[in-house]
Amino acid sequence: MLKGRVYKYGVNVDTDAIIPARYLNVSEPAELANHCMEDIDRDFVTEVKPGDIIMAATNFGCGSSREHAPLAIKAAGISCVIAVTFARIFFRNAINIGLPLLECEQAVNGTEAGDTLEVDLSGGEIKNLTRGEVFAARPYPDFMAELISSGGLIEYTRNRLAARRI
Amino acid sequence: MTLAEKILAAHTDKKEVSPGEFLNVRVDLILANDITAPIAIREFRKTGVDRVFDPGKIVMVPDHFTPNKDIASAEQVKVMREFCREQGVIYFEVGQMGIEHVLLPEQGLVLPGDIVIGADSHTCTYGALGSFATGMGSTDIAAAMATGDIWMKVPPTIKVVYHGSPGKWVGGKDLILYTIGDIGVDGALYSVLEFAGEAVDALPLDGRFTMANMAIEAGAKAGIFRVDNKTQLYIKPRARRPYMVYEPDNNGEYAQIIDYDISTIEPQVALPHSPANARPVSQIGDIEIDQVVIGSCTNGRFEDLQLAAQVLKGRKVHPRVRCIIIPGSQEVYLDAVTRELIGIFIKSGAAVSTPTCGPCLGGHMGILASGERCIATTNRNFVGRMGSPQSEVYLANPAVAAASAIAGRIVGPEEVTT
Repeated sequence: MLKGRVYKYGVNVDTDAIIPARYLNVSEPAELANHCMEDIDRDFVTEVKPGDIIMAATNFGCGSSREHAPLAIKAAGISCVIAVTFARIFFRNAINIGLPLLECEQAVNGTEAGDTLEVDLSGGEIKNLTRGEVFAARPYPDFMAELISSGGLIEYTRNRLAARRI
Repeated sequence: MTLAEKILAAHTDKKEVSPGEFLNVRVDLILANDITAPIAIREFRKTGVDRVFDPGKIVMVPDHFTPNKDIASAEQVKVMREFCREQGVIYFEVGQMGIEHVLLPEQGLVLPGDIVIGADSHTCTYGALGSFATGMGSTDIAAAMATGDIWMKVPPTIKVVYHGSPGKWVGGKDLILYTIGDIGVDGALYSVLEFAGEAVDALPLDGRFTMANMAIEAGAKAGIFRVDNKTQLYIKPRARRPYMVYEPDNNGEYAQIIDYDISTIEPQVALPHSPANARPVSQIGDIEIDQVVIGSCTNGRFEDLQLAAQVLKGRKVHPRVRCIIIPGSQEVYLDAVTRELIGIFIKSGAAVSTPTCGPCLGGHMGILASGERCIATTNRNFVGRMGSPQSEVYLANPAVAAASAIAGRIVGPEEVTT
């Protein structure tokens, strides 16, 4: 069960906003986290606490393919991102590195910045503890669920390669 | 099946595929650059295999922060270079390298019918050659380097049909900005954009590369064109392996078909901070600029430079403006030298650089200070994209960018050439 305070953003949050390219001369997650969201939310890095949750409207993570974006968010301590929709490369990247994502329009509409949420990833249940409301996220397709439960793409690939060798 | 579905099916053991289906597809080419390769290499080491599946099908290009802009970037390129030596992976050193999406087609590394995955969002550029090419992250690329395949969800296809014949200064950049302006930055989310119609048939290959390149700016997984005689003329002298040309079925199912008559559209300019903020250049108003960038994977090809030279020839860059011109590859650069474009640029007061992505992503070679404005032939004008979060980027075609360099404010080419 995840529990945290909500940072809420609008539509089309791009990967340059999540981690500006000027910091991409390194790839260590902790260093990237120091600059997460800084061009659109100067206070994010200093205020974020482990377990906190990012919430956004449509097309979160659009733009570049940089995996540095979900790496920075994860290393900043964010436990999951909830949006109406995600840009597809960001979606793949987040799943691959083990940053949980949930799509749920109702939860986004029914939550304000600063609310506290409790999220059950296995059931896709999002509880807004501040407002006493419960929302159901869109379930993952079976293949994606398998990828997530293997522990991400690298573990999934290791298992596939091992099966090939047998 | 649509063109994209045909190519995807051909890279599996299935005869038919349909949107929403999850597949494992064999890949023909895998790409990474100096920003994305270090993470891909780190993750590849965790897969438990020692060697990549086929070093001849993997290309790494140092193009983003190169020639190395600082020590940290040099260290990243070093990781990539050493991995390529160790694995025998194809690598282009500074001096041979170009911007990856200009370079790979030129080198004949991407061919019609291929599936290409790249750790760079503009990998979709290669759809101009009738391949299925899509951007992914570093971990996806790591897994594919180990296995030679990758999972994909079959995307629905949106067909965009362009009718009519374009005006004098209207090209691929204007058609794609107009399209994104209409459908929005998530108008093609998870989908393939198949570009068709007599207006794109008439476009040179360079214009098609520009359009496919910016498919991602509408959220698309790929942008794709059918192969025609122009494609074949481009491919034939470059291809060093066989390739397949696929055609969409007549009864292929499209999620949506969009028709545009582009006869009357003007050159487009996308205002900050979204590629979807496209407006006709005549309606921009009086916008003074500090910098012009002509280049990038979107518009750094020979015909782009030729358009800029047509406007700049015999004229001077406005004294307040820094005009930076970056050929997309060594081949483009050399063509620009031998066909005397570079002299035109230098005489006009522009700076010309070796190939690099550089300023497009705020890396180096033309970073903006707060309050500064740039008109660029690049692909993104997000907050902070070219430097200070308080700077602004306007996107346009090379002729509009060159005309604006002369005027010192955003204008169409007609305003300075007549």
